[in-house]
Amino acid sequence: MTQELLRVTDLKTEFQRGDEKVYTVNGVSFSLREGETLGIVGESGSGKSVTVHSMLGLLQGAGKVSSGQAIFQNRVDLLQLRRKQLEDIRGRDIGVIFQDPMTSLNPTMRIGNQIMEGMLTHQYASRKKAFERTLDLLHEVGIPEPKARFRNFPFEFSGGMRQRVMIAMAIACEPQLLIADEPTTALDVTVQMQILALMQKLKQDRKMSVLMITHDFGVATNFCDRILVMYGGKVMEAASLDTFIRRPLHPYTIALKSSIIEVGDRHKKLQAIPGMAKVWNAPPHHCPFYERCTFATQQCLKEVPELTQVDDQEDHWLACHHVEEVLKSVG
Amino acid sequence: MAVVMTNVAATKRKKRSQWGLAFRRYRRNKLAVFGLIWVALFLLIGVIGPYIAPYNYQTANFLAANSPPSLAHIFGTDNLGHDMFSEIIWSVQNALEIAFGATLVSFLIGIVLGMWAGLRGGLADLIIMRLVDSMFAIPTYFLDLILVVSFGRGMGPILLAIGITGWASYARLIRSQVLSMRNSDMVEAARSLGASQTQIAWRYVLPNVMNSMVVALAFGIPGDLTVMAGLSVVGMGLRPPLPSFGNMLAQSGVNVLGYPWLMYFPAIVFAITLLSFLFVADGLQEALNPKG
Repeated sequence: MTQELLRVTDLKTEFQRGDEKVYTVNGVSFSLREGETLGIVGESGSGKSVTVHSMLGLLQGAGKVSSGQAIFQNRVDLLQLRRKQLEDIRGRDIGVIFQDPMTSLNPTMRIGNQIMEGMLTHQYASRKKAFERTLDLLHEVGIPEPKARFRNFPFEFSGGMRQRVMIAMAIACEPQLLIADEPTTALDVTVQMQILALMQKLKQDRKMSVLMITHDFGVATNFCDRILVMYGGKVMEAASLDTFIRRPLHPYTIALKSSIIEVGDRHKKLQAIPGMAKVWNAPPHHCPFYERCTFATQQCLKEVPELTQVDDQEDHWLACHHVEEVLKSVG
Repeated sequence: MAVVMTNVAATKRKKRSQWGLAFRRYRRNKLAVFGLIWVALFLLIGVIGPYIAPYNYQTANFLAANSPPSLAHIFGTDNLGHDMFSEIIWSVQNALEIAFGATLVSFLIGIVLGMWAGLRGGLADLIIMRLVDSMFAIPTYFLDLILVVSFGRGMGPILLAIGITGWASYARLIRSQVLSMRNSDMVEAARSLGASQTQIAWRYVLPNVMNSMVVALAFGIPGDLTVMAGLSVVGMGLRPPLPSFGNMLAQSGVNVLGYPWLMYFPAIVFAITLLSFLFVADGLQEALNPKG
């Protein structure tokens, strides 16, 4: 068993919106081992990104972490750190890649300098070393002619190339943990695959842990070792990739999986999940998925289901009152 | 011909920077190009004016007072016998010093307070923005007059007076730009990779609001020139015999029917100058913030 790198326990985050509070993350717990890739999936508004932003102290203005722990490397609680200490960890021990490479790079800075910036800030390398390392990184992420490209500005790059630059920035200081917040969403499919392949290679070369946020099941099942399904700011199901593909048990996961369109599905009846993800003005006091669930009963309205292990052999966790019923219907 | 042109464009493409692209857009605006030429000439005369002016601004030839344009005095002379051509050339220097100096003062105050308000938010934002509001509420012109009356009519006091009354609009503009920048993906990405507040302010936010700032500055200079001339009209501008456009215009009005050249020449030069600065500002606006 490898070492645990990150353990998040009962993370709760709320936003102040005018006079009311919005409860976005309502007690999320998960752990990530060294070298492991964890995918967090869920539809928009399920609290995936906020979970990660809370951990990194990137919440702006109205957002506040109200409780929880995020123990990193078995030594520090990210949520308790002061701003300065957190700045030291961000970019050095934890690298982050964002969704939209078109807007995430500084248009007034040469891309080489942007990659160097992180290494210099963290005093990871001297200016000369950082320069050489930047050339190596550019080469490693698959940008041809690193020397010439070093001096280019972001507007001279395509979306996929910019995402490669973002990746180079994120891994410049050899972080142990790479957080990827929908890294392929803004790219077109062929480029998506290239970027995923690149990330896969970098991950294996460095034995990095990756936390991948995505709403694309294809990406998640291609790339991750374990998958966490979130809804209403809570973890609904956590399973190894294999279990997730073969035998998902949460009604939400099943519903999500049946609302995917695949190539050639022209005549298949699409099963959309009725309703929309809810905005929580109070912490959920019933199962968050209650309104949209086909298995819902009075019990679901009375108690919030706890995340429990399905059976002792498997690493499969579920937050649902009706495992038996679901099992029966799945067959 | 067309083939050759495209070839040139293709070979040059590699070296083109953002500023190069901006300059290409700027060049398309003919008025802006004219403005730029005039402004450049104006700057040149501001620097070398004292050496090329045919007479010193203090030389008064009483015998030739109020003479119409002639070979010796191509723009004529005023009621004390000052050569108008030389007066105009000397005024350029004074006008430039005050216009650039005052704009710089406003700009520096504005940029510091605006960035502070935008990045810090909260109480600092509240206080600075109320200060901006009160600056807008007080008529700038009268505040200028009061300041000039209490500090004197020298170059320095006038420059400072115009400067410290004009910062509010810069501060407001910069704050609004910083606010929209503060929550951008770019700043978030920088923060997530460990950039500190100061780094974000100077390396990410400031360079990206610079385009709008350059435009605002370019609009600010003719504004300050006008304010400076306005002070002269009520006799609170530069103290004669230091020449200034405002003084010349204010004095020419009395005798405009008898000696019209006293008004024509300075007024034309001043008007073209103001227009040129505005054309340049407009051209920069188009070149730096292109919309479609």
